[in-house]
Amino acid sequence: MDSIAFIGQQMFIFSIPLLIVALGGMFSERSGIVNIALEGIMLFGAFLSTIVIRVIQINLSPELLNSISFGQLVLLIGLVVAGLTGLIFSLLHAYASINMKADQVISGTALNLFAPAFAIFTARTMELTGDTQKVPFTNQFLIKKVPILGDIPIIGNILFSHVYITTYIGLIILIISYIFLYKTKTGLRLRSCGENPQAADAAGINVSKIRYLGVMISGFLAGIGGIILIISTSAEFNASVSGYGFLALAVLIFGQWKPLNILYAALFFGFMNTIASGYSGIPVIKDFPIPSNIYKMVPYIATLIVLSITSKNSQAPRAAGEIYDVGKR
Amino acid sequence: MSDKTINILSSFLAIFAGLIVGLIIMIFVNPMDSFGAFITILIGPIEMGIKSIGKVLFYATPLILTGLSVGFAFKTGLFNIGVSGQLLFGAFLGVYIGVKWTFLGPSQWIVALIFSGLAGALWASIPGILKAYRNVNEVVSTIMMNYISLFLVNYLVVKTIYFRLKTESMRIHDNAIIPSFGLENIFGARSVNGGFIFAILMVIIIYILLEKTTFGYELKAVGFNRDASKYAGINEKKSIVLSMIISGFLAGLAGGVIYLVGTGKAIKVVEILPQEGFTGISVALIGLNNPIGIFLSGLFMGYIQQGGFVMQRYGGFKTEIIDIIISSIIYFSALVVLFKELIIKIKKSRSSKKRVGEVNG
Repeated sequence: MDSIAFIGQQMFIFSIPLLIVALGGMFSERSGIVNIALEGIMLFGAFLSTIVIRVIQINLSPELLNSISFGQLVLLIGLVVAGLTGLIFSLLHAYASINMKADQVISGTALNLFAPAFAIFTARTMELTGDTQKVPFTNQFLIKKVPILGDIPIIGNILFSHVYITTYIGLIILIISYIFLYKTKTGLRLRSCGENPQAADAAGINVSKIRYLGVMISGFLAGIGGIILIISTSAEFNASVSGYGFLALAVLIFGQWKPLNILYAALFFGFMNTIASGYSGIPVIKDFPIPSNIYKMVPYIATLIVLSITSKNSQAPRAAGEIYDVGKR
Repeated sequence: MSDKTINILSSFLAIFAGLIVGLIIMIFVNPMDSFGAFITILIGPIEMGIKSIGKVLFYATPLILTGLSVGFAFKTGLFNIGVSGQLLFGAFLGVYIGVKWTFLGPSQWIVALIFSGLAGALWASIPGILKAYRNVNEVVSTIMMNYISLFLVNYLVVKTIYFRLKTESMRIHDNAIIPSFGLENIFGARSVNGGFIFAILMVIIIYILLEKTTFGYELKAVGFNRDASKYAGINEKKSIVLSMIISGFLAGLAGGVIYLVGTGKAIKVVEILPQEGFTGISVALIGLNNPIGIFLSGLFMGYIQQGGFVMQRYGGFKTEIIDIIISSIIYFSALVVLFKELIIKIKKSRSSKKRVGEVNG
């Protein structure tokens, strides 16, 4: 029983950032812009956000520093900072791929390389962190047990104890994303720009504007996902988000660019990661002599398999990655 | 002005813009020392003498190879973003042979190096096959292969050649170190090795392959238009797989030259992909995917990397400023359109002024 709750809690810790970042990637790609810069944007958002959190925490009284409820406020500030940072950073990608008609993979790669270089350089230069690249923080964010709800059998254990508020934020983002994409006019326009920008243009939609929106949402969500990943899996920011941006890209493809499928994919990948990182705590799996590295490979292999099966009738947005040229037919 | 000149000019503009970004960030950090340190990056490696030039070649060697790998794939219409994974897999096999196959005697290094290349080729063949036969986008599949490689190599290193104390691979045997072919005496630095000669060799081979052979022409044709090539009787599926294999071979070789050295470099068991693979993208872009251009841009990247180390020692800024500059160069080289328009605009305004002058005169 305890181990089921443990797996459930761990799974959400890994799955929620994947879910949020993959949803971000979904908005960008469904608007027609391939965004492989998710990793870099996550990192950039997490970097500035941990710095802000650190600065706040340094100035807190011990009492406030130990207060979990005040921690939620600090975390919310961190989320906003990370989201806005990600949004602004992603504008570089949007400008290159929309205005400059640049190769989206190259521009994305540049962002992926810039972010860690900038984070390490700045962290090593700042007085706040000394000569190291690490930005430590105090974890005052973990909620031991949500009152009342935490007492529900099974579900209470998995969803409402040892939980971060970000789990609920992630699920809310999922619902909003679904409604936005399928039930609003802008969502429809966004999808049309990713499928057939020429037709969208002819129908009077400003393709550039919609694509900017898609990339900016992806930047905002990737930034949020970055800080959520760091605060829930680590005690410091060490200039890396450990490939989670690329894993989120795999989630996006595995989830076939659809919100609900992305949720399932994120849960599945989170589950694999749980086994990989905590398998010594899980009784049944402990007895299997499969090393954690193998479990970590599974999501990527699964994505390759899905890609090779579905490529003939791919669900990928048809115009994603293509430069929008008004004159092209 | 021909297209070629414009392309070369925009490469230089991208480098220039990248350097300016670095300078601006340095000014923000410490305005007083920034210019001096920046100049040190640019001229430090030469000032420091022949040994420092040797270091430049040492840093440039894997970058030339990864640049060739990316550039060759580009030329044949493929975006190989999985060079890091191929490099790592190649490095593993090379180091494995370098540690274990001591029975090879003095030929151990060449066997290890060749197998590095073959391992990279094998790794790249998978996305090649997926692209050719299942139409899977190679950008996505090579990204996935990068991480599969990372975790697989970590697993294999721990399983076979693990040095537990340092959480990295064991030291390779002396016979597995690539000999320096006299370069060591010229540059007086132990780090320079024969890898540089192999890099030059590969530049020449790839140049001949692409420009002077029917086979290379076919590969390029498939990259240019898959359907038309098929119609013209080229086996386009085979060509795609072969392009990836050659690109992967170069990436694997890069892995070999990085780790088959006498400086005690070992494969660390960490969850970070080797950066050389991504830097290769900027080397290829700046080099306009041309083997000779790649050779020069690889040298340049090696040069500013060494410049960064010299600067860190004397100039007080952290060496990561170089990574910022390199990533900015990649970004700016994606903006070729901007630079081309800029160049054409400048040219136009000049020639129109000239014309006005002629009329008035």
